[in-house]
Amino acid sequence: MLQTEIAVLRFGLGARPGDLEAASGDPRDWLRAQIRGSLPLAGTTAVTPSDQIFAAVLAAREQRQELKREAAQSAAADIQAASNVLRDAYQPHYHAQVLARAQSAALTTRPFGERLVHFWSNHFAISADKGAIFGLAGTLENEAIRPHVNGRFIDLLTAVEQHPAMIAFLDNQFSVGADSPAARFAARRQTKRQFGINENLAREILELHTLGVDGGYTQTDVTRFAQIITGWSIGGGKGRLAGGETGRFYFRDNLHEPGAKTFLGKSYPQDGRAQGEAVLADLAHHPSTARFIATKLARHFIADEPPPAAVERLTHAYLKSGGDLPQVYAALIEAPEAWEAQSRKFKTPEDFVFSTLRALNVAPQRPEEVIRSFELLGQRQYTPGSPAGWADTAKNWDGSDALMHRVLWASRVAERHEQGRDPLEVAASSLGGFARPETLAALRRATSGSQALALLLMSPEFQRR
Amino acid sequence: MHWFHAPVTRRRFISSTGALALSSALPTVLFAKTGGPARLVVVILRGALDGLAAVPPHGDPAYAGLHRELAIAVPGAADGALGLDGLFGLHPSLGFLHERYLGGELIVLHAVASPYRDRSHFDGQNVLENGLTQPLGTADGWLNRALATLPARRSGGDSERAVAISQNVPLILRGDAPVLSKSPLATPDVDEDLLARLADLYSKDDWFSARLSEAVQTEKLGDRRAEVGGGEPASAASRVPSMPAQPAAPSQQAAATGLPVTDRISGAARMAAALMRSEGGPEIAVIEAGGWDTHANQGGAKGTLAQRLLGLDNALRALADELGALWPQTAVLVVTEFGRTAAMNGTRGTDHGTGSCAFLAGGAVRGGRVIADWPGLTPSALLENRDLRPTLDLRSVFKGLLDEHLRIDAKTLATRVFPDSSNARALRGLIRA
Repeated sequence: MLQTEIAVLRFGLGARPGDLEAASGDPRDWLRAQIRGSLPLAGTTAVTPSDQIFAAVLAAREQRQELKREAAQSAAADIQAASNVLRDAYQPHYHAQVLARAQSAALTTRPFGERLVHFWSNHFAISADKGAIFGLAGTLENEAIRPHVNGRFIDLLTAVEQHPAMIAFLDNQFSVGADSPAARFAARRQTKRQFGINENLAREILELHTLGVDGGYTQTDVTRFAQIITGWSIGGGKGRLAGGETGRFYFRDNLHEPGAKTFLGKSYPQDGRAQGEAVLADLAHHPSTARFIATKLARHFIADEPPPAAVERLTHAYLKSGGDLPQVYAALIEAPEAWEAQSRKFKTPEDFVFSTLRALNVAPQRPEEVIRSFELLGQRQYTPGSPAGWADTAKNWDGSDALMHRVLWASRVAERHEQGRDPLEVAASSLGGFARPETLAALRRATSGSQALALLLMSPEFQRR
Repeated sequence: MHWFHAPVTRRRFISSTGALALSSALPTVLFAKTGGPARLVVVILRGALDGLAAVPPHGDPAYAGLHRELAIAVPGAADGALGLDGLFGLHPSLGFLHERYLGGELIVLHAVASPYRDRSHFDGQNVLENGLTQPLGTADGWLNRALATLPARRSGGDSERAVAISQNVPLILRGDAPVLSKSPLATPDVDEDLLARLADLYSKDDWFSARLSEAVQTEKLGDRRAEVGGGEPASAASRVPSMPAQPAAPSQQAAATGLPVTDRISGAARMAAALMRSEGGPEIAVIEAGGWDTHANQGGAKGTLAQRLLGLDNALRALADELGALWPQTAVLVVTEFGRTAAMNGTRGTDHGTGSCAFLAGGAVRGGRVIADWPGLTPSALLENRDLRPTLDLRSVFKGLLDEHLRIDAKTLATRVFPDSSNARALRGLIRA
């Protein structure tokens, strides 16, 4: 019952016209075909690689310094111009990334794969409301996650933790070992600047990316891990941050805390970059990581309170395969709990917007349309505000005020897109067997096409997946 | 009939003001000792506020050496702290709070923490809000449990008594007692006919129909607010713009999209005050503000954190201004999930710590005091040689406040609101007798 609809609506991003037919042969095979290979952006918007954005922003920062110097000297000080330089350098990239993401979600023929990209992007969340990475926020998803979404977790993890946007988001580029060459040099010169570690990236890798908060580590492990990844930085800076290719991951030997270190009870004799990579490899295969990821996947695809038996099976698939993600996804596809028509999740704002685009068979053409939509509904793109990402339980989206915003958005979208659309056809192609008779009756009774479309988008069955 | 913009009539304005005056003469249960119905605002600072920057212990000999360039200088020095009691000061951005301190309406609490002792934001916020000792174990928040114990109020009917200034309800207010949520983003008119048809469409789905009727009720409350308050909010700046066309500048204070964070807090504070002023409006409000996770380039008297604190201070001033006549019976509690390291880290910021500060402000507060059993900042005094050691459980503050301000008895507090809190005895004397 409703297996095709569940494959397309719950595992995927919602049905475009024709999707339900395409998946109807064997819904599970339709899903399995999507978890191979990388997942490039669908759609037409070009996005700039992160190293080029970094280079442009470095130039903008220099220009800003120049403007600030000029402003300080001149009576007609133009401080505002100086502060606009960085925004102007970043903003087009943020806009392009947001537009490209929405187009890809609207148009992709591999919506299950695309949902998994979004899942991992949220798992490894960075937030554009940190000004320093404003225009880089989408690059992590496009450059580290899309190539590895259907690969091994260790490769995904390494690509993410060595991506410049993650390093800059969690402040690791300036984290300096107390016994590193740079710190010793400074001590000899008796400079005022104090060097030390920054725990941010190390803590969030353990808490949010791998083991989970109850995964069995201590504050000592956090500090030790932070020392282990000192030197994980970004190329192309100045002074003690000179060297490396601009905007690319760069291991800075002179900032690294030297020597063997013990972490989670195990000694890591390697030194340099390899030490952190060895720790990541062990973290990727840790049973706590397997369980943490299995739980999050089950919560995302099955229910806010994931059934323990399903979590158990996913954990087993993860450990047995050594963290080979397609095998974990396959276990998810096999999980009977994921195919129950009754237990449906309330859509997040993202789910609601993307499934609406697919139902109406439209792709946004201007970034402002997308940005305004999420301003209104929540989940402003790439701004979860914290490295924990957006919560994945309905409690965080189901406020009454949030519902009113959805009504408002749905009625505006319906007004704009009613022409040439038969609401009953849209209901059939987007909901299939999930459309309830009373909803169809309400669509027929509606006073206008746009009112009918708005009712469809706000119907309980469209609001759940 | 308009859902969102009811016309303001003089007759209705007068009658609702009269109702307000009458209700304050009745012995309703929710009565502050100050003579009016008690109002409570809880401000949650998400991301872990550096208590040693917000309330610098400038008199502690170890402070400047640990906090280094992030330390706030002694009062009287350039960019120095606003003086409190010789040991402590307030960050120079907190001018309004300092005024309230001098006016006897602010208690500064220091070396406080929830029972949570690890350093995850997300678990820390859960413990702060669920009122327990562990991050998991309940799906409801202590303020909702407190709300559920209050007897029905005489005026205002059965409408919700608490509001989250947010699109969604944060954990502290989740639970059995019905609450409102209302975000500062203005919602223009939604077609009434569409709403009526949706109500019909939702009639078999309890989950959706409950939310829709709540939403409609909140909008009505917003209308009545305009009547009671006499129309427009106090200043043009307080009007919240809807749907900015462009993301704002990604400057230090600005988010990638939308309003600068500092303005958002003020917008939320104004909305809370406006709703609370409305006839039958909520007596309790929760406001959230993020952006306190200052791992790098935190700044001292000026800089990133200083801007955030200024935004908070402005928001509290706006709250007091807009509450107007309600301020004397109001208590505003400002709390964060934990503090930050006593020492500056390697990137001119601070990492996750334990003890922090908290504020209790308002006309109902017996203020002009610092409450701190100061542990000191020597290496052995610090927790795990890194964090300010907490000497006061935040639940003691919550219990004292709920007891004296909302008149919830000690037994109810100990059993229903804060189970497992026998070692956190209620802190007395917070509210004016």
